[in-house]
Amino acid sequence: MTSAEELRRRTRELLAAHPPASTDRLDFLRARFDAGLAWVHYPEGLGGLDAPRSQQAVVDAELEAAGAPDNDSRRNGIGLGMAAPTILKYGTEEQKQRFLRPLWIGEEVWCQLFSEPGAGSDLAALGTRAVREGDEWVVNGQKVWTSGAHNSRWAILIARTDPDVPKHRGITYFVCDMTDPGVEVRPLRQVTGEAEFNEVFLTDVRIPDARRLGEVGDGWRVAQTTLNNERVAIGGMRLPREGGMIGLVSKTWRERPELRTHDLHQRLLKLWVEAEVARLTSERLRQQLVVGQPGPEGAGMKLAFARLNQEISGLDVELLGEEGLLYDDWTMRRPELVDFTGREAGYRYLRSKGNSIEGGTTEVLLNIVAERVLGLPAEPRTDKDVAWKDLAR
Amino acid sequence: MTDLLYSEEEEALRAAVRDLLADHCDAPGVIARTESDTPHHREAWKALADGMGLAGLLVPEDKGGQGATHREAAVVLEELGRAVAPVAYLTSAVVATEALLACDADDLLADLASGRRIGALAVALNVAPGTAYKVVRHEDGPLRGELTGIADAAVADVLLVPADDGGLYAVDATAATVTPQVSLDLTRPLATVTLDGAPARLLGDAEPAVRRALTAGAGLLASEQFGLADWALTETVRYLKERKQFNRPVGGFQALKHRLAQLWLEVVNLRAAARNAADALATGEDVEVAVTVAQAFAGPVAVHAAEEALQLHGGIGMTWEHPAHLYLKRAKADSIAYGTAGAHREALAGLVDLQAP
Repeated sequence: MTSAEELRRRTRELLAAHPPASTDRLDFLRARFDAGLAWVHYPEGLGGLDAPRSQQAVVDAELEAAGAPDNDSRRNGIGLGMAAPTILKYGTEEQKQRFLRPLWIGEEVWCQLFSEPGAGSDLAALGTRAVREGDEWVVNGQKVWTSGAHNSRWAILIARTDPDVPKHRGITYFVCDMTDPGVEVRPLRQVTGEAEFNEVFLTDVRIPDARRLGEVGDGWRVAQTTLNNERVAIGGMRLPREGGMIGLVSKTWRERPELRTHDLHQRLLKLWVEAEVARLTSERLRQQLVVGQPGPEGAGMKLAFARLNQEISGLDVELLGEEGLLYDDWTMRRPELVDFTGREAGYRYLRSKGNSIEGGTTEVLLNIVAERVLGLPAEPRTDKDVAWKDLAR
Repeated sequence: MTDLLYSEEEEALRAAVRDLLADHCDAPGVIARTESDTPHHREAWKALADGMGLAGLLVPEDKGGQGATHREAAVVLEELGRAVAPVAYLTSAVVATEALLACDADDLLADLASGRRIGALAVALNVAPGTAYKVVRHEDGPLRGELTGIADAAVADVLLVPADDGGLYAVDATAATVTPQVSLDLTRPLATVTLDGAPARLLGDAEPAVRRALTAGAGLLASEQFGLADWALTETVRYLKERKQFNRPVGGFQALKHRLAQLWLEVVNLRAAARNAADALATGEDVEVAVTVAQAFAGPVAVHAAEEALQLHGGIGMTWEHPAHLYLKRAKADSIAYGTAGAHREALAGLVDLQAP
């Protein structure tokens, strides 16, 4: 176990050996990774020191005070939040050595080739096929809603490798090279006007067997690691009071008294209370994690933040009145990340509609809470013991 | 940084109170008691106060109490809410005790802390912290006037009465006429207090004492509401796993699963809000916002939980013999006690600078 004092000492050594002011940004980040100070809860040699996750804050505080460059983690959310924990848990030693360092540094951005036109909430129904040919797999199919595919070097991919067994059992998990022949990325324009996500067409893409994660046919179990981490990443942020969208609308309320109405006042106060309470629940969850007793609240936080973002951003548009009738920019762009605060109220209203769909729809997450937290029975199913190829489509 | 978790000692306290209530305070007993002349559960009160010393949690040791904090009192209230226990804990050990802590009345404080006597603040239960309350006339010594909506006055030994000279007075219950009112919440009944020249002893200034008492009451009420809501959710989930219709457990239908999952989310949010209020009261930091946020949130959640419990228990939930109605009545009364959610939102507008048009 590495103590806080030890981490502080190591961080200072790193800063002394690579002064941020005179070191190239990527060189500094590489040195930080190699010193085990990237994500301290990861193993030694893989950017960490096997320290408690909570002690990352000690390192971050030292680095921030010294003005050290950041790995700009928002640009690689899927890589850091989903691909990395999955590679760590299921990857071979070679895979961990190859992928984790450039992933953490941000040199290589990742996307997620999971959802398909016919397999969204029912993800295990996916039909993208991977057929083995010697040491390679030949992949054919179509993925959709792939955020950031246009910026990504690598993708985590699930594909069907055995259509003769029930749908959850015949899936295998791969790492896909987005620069390979046969990978075609087409932008999908969204309600906001921009294209954060894409369709990805896979035509005879050849993936070496060495880029398989986990056993053949075990991809569903591997994917659970990815999906559980996704929900933690979406719901687990730490906010100060008025730190989210409620802060933006509260600011407008204070600065523009001419916009106030009694109805909006009632709704604003109600949402302010709910945002503060959600923040406290999130903080309580964080405190549970720090003492090593994660609570089931994480499953619900994404639900709460999605609804709040939607209601608050809707109120924001109404509050603005005449301005609310306008929109800042409908240009079709392909942004690297979602930027709520850099855009205006109409954009936030429209973009927040995705919050209850991305990373699992609200309806699916409510089922998960009901079944896994409350222990209620699942709905009867007709697809469980049927080979995937025999399912009605 | 606010501590939103429970310590090991707090969990041990919870377990002890829960055991005690399981032995002394089961639902059929509470229902039977509400129809008797003595809804207050003296035996449970004695076990809590005498046996465990819990009436004195908020009172410093040198004044005869346990010298604990609002965090521990909040844990006790969670369990009392879970059992809709008809004891005067919130009214005597929290509200009246806080009023006395703001005054110079160590003898009374020690009496309340020991549980030997029960105190009641003679301010109507619906009054929010910092808002106007009714007072009686002070006529050169004795007090005259009538106050209504006084919770647990019927079991109080001493009444803390605000008068028109700005003072807070102690009146022995035997010197007052206390008339029970027919109350929505049978487990925390209200009464009218009539003073007709009752002898009274000046304790101190009423305004700061009442404000302090109602702030603590409102803040810790959220923990009672959490306990109540948590019972409603847990009991409803348990029932829906057993109850079958259409040859399936009712809890397996998605329409009901989603309702219960939403309710769970509200309840875990309420726990964080209540914990935050209790911790703020204990540390004295950010008290007003923490209490106001908790009370603006807690009432509707507890009522929703109790209403869902009744509805999802179907016809059984509508019967007198099932305890769901006790929880609904308590939840609805709690949603008015120490200020409605709307009153607290209005107060919040001033506290966080979100002014009305």
